[in-house]
Amino acid sequence: MTVRREPGGFLAQALLQPIFFLFIFGRVLPEIGQAQGSYGNLLLPGVMALTAITVSLQNVALPLVIEFSFTKEIEDRLLAPLPAWAVGVEKIVHAALRGIFSAFVLLPIAALVLPDGLQLGGANWPALIGVILGGAIAGGCVGLVMGTIVPANKINIAFAVILTPLLFTGATFYPWESLDSLRWFQVVTLLNPLTYVSEGARAAIGTGEHMATWAIPLGIVGSIAVFGTVGLLGFRRRAID
Amino acid sequence: MAVSTASPTGSFGPPPPTTAGAIVVEGLRKRYGSDGPEAVKGIDFSVAQGEIFGLLGPNGAGKTTTIGVITTRVRPTGGRVLVDGLDVTQDQVAVKLRLAIVPQRPNLDRSLSALENLTFHAAYFGFSRKARRERALELLEQVGLAGREDDRVDQYSGGMAQRLIIARALIHRPQILILDEPTTGLDPQSRLFLWDTMRDLQSRGTTLILTTHDMAEADQLCDRIAIVDHGEVIALDTPRGLRKLLPSEQGVEVVVVAAGDAGTGTGDPLEAVRSTPGVERADVVAEAEGRTTVRAYGAVDAGDLVDRLKRAGLELVELRQLEGSLEDVFVHLTGRELR
Repeated sequence: MTVRREPGGFLAQALLQPIFFLFIFGRVLPEIGQAQGSYGNLLLPGVMALTAITVSLQNVALPLVIEFSFTKEIEDRLLAPLPAWAVGVEKIVHAALRGIFSAFVLLPIAALVLPDGLQLGGANWPALIGVILGGAIAGGCVGLVMGTIVPANKINIAFAVILTPLLFTGATFYPWESLDSLRWFQVVTLLNPLTYVSEGARAAIGTGEHMATWAIPLGIVGSIAVFGTVGLLGFRRRAID
Repeated sequence: MAVSTASPTGSFGPPPPTTAGAIVVEGLRKRYGSDGPEAVKGIDFSVAQGEIFGLLGPNGAGKTTTIGVITTRVRPTGGRVLVDGLDVTQDQVAVKLRLAIVPQRPNLDRSLSALENLTFHAAYFGFSRKARRERALELLEQVGLAGREDDRVDQYSGGMAQRLIIARALIHRPQILILDEPTTGLDPQSRLFLWDTMRDLQSRGTTLILTTHDMAEADQLCDRIAIVDHGEVIALDTPRGLRKLLPSEQGVEVVVVAAGDAGTGTGDPLEAVRSTPGVERADVVAEAEGRTTVRAYGAVDAGDLVDRLKRAGLELVELRQLEGSLEDVFVHLTGRELR
């Protein structure tokens, strides 16, 4: 609903950070000779993946914490003739739609910001949509875990502690394969759902190297399964005393 | 004011009640956490279809937990609760279809307009797009919010928000409406509106459960009242039956004047009253302008008392049954200590 009520607020929250990533890393650094001119092509899929996950995550976690603790809006939803877990699924779906929308809005913006414009000639669109959709759902599941486990008075700390590592360990700014010289870090990044989404988007757009194709759906589906299960169990625990 | 609960098309809302007992609570127990305090320690009561049933008790007595179990939000640790014959732990969806709640604290969606709050709720109950708008506008009209449907609810006053919550609760034509301390903090107009709405719903066959601290409210509205304290039902009766629990307050009060033809009587009202069988204690509580007011405590035969007063040369001006207020009963049963 906020998209319609406060489109400016929603877009600023969702898009300001990715636009600055694209602008600084994709445009400014190559311009001043600190990065290759083609870096933007590698960056764009990563930033789309990052946006899908973080927008979806925040749109589940933050409202959930507020609704469970302060406004209690969720109580009316929990009295709807649905099983309690369905209300949790609905939160994820709602937030995932926002995440997908935000990720794809970046395409026309990238066309303006990046020095080479968009290089989508070799893109596999169904695969790209599937990867971003999967990422947005995974992000929503992580958000459900946070929103149900973290107490309201600690949510700002939780965001800082979780979002920053998520941001930088998710193969957004570098291709995962190239990490083989930093093996321990390469292994750590496999714990981050964003890694699979970034690599998946890179594979779908067809710009540059990416991890083995079989690992991508496995990682995304696995993340949804793990975080979804924990999140829905947590949701049920909060919904029913 | 008429709130329609009958479904014009019959296509939305819960099925009609199938059992005589709207709600049956048997041996209900609830402990929060494995070693937490036991909030409810074996509560039994049942609410008939079409009854207004009051749950009274001090803060922390177990009322909200009991309501939570009935509405499927709290899992009982013992006993069972049936709503229209359905077990709340097994048929949650069917139970939720039959219930609505007006919560203690407003839980409207503050980012939505009044109309959207209602249509969203209706959507969850399976109303079509057209039906949910029609039903929402109809209820907004009935609760006096017509013309304010597009306002954001964070601009609503407390009374308006309460009326919108009532409208929302009635959208899906519930068989059972639960009101959890609904009049706390309302102005007299809003409270009277709520009372009228409750009576109107009852006349249309809706079962109502009310939790409140307001004894006057419970006395006015409820057919029967359960007083809950420390997780147990300590009394359950009609408001009138509950008042009889006050031992010292049973009796009659008479106002008499000396008759013009005093004749052979003594003219002493206290003596006449005390001589009546069944009077345990009698006091003169007021004397003014020749009128004497006497209270007689005990199981007094009023007819006999009147005869004796007449024989004593006294004229009866007023006779009334003494009844304690429900508040007195409540304090008598639950004590005075603060919770």
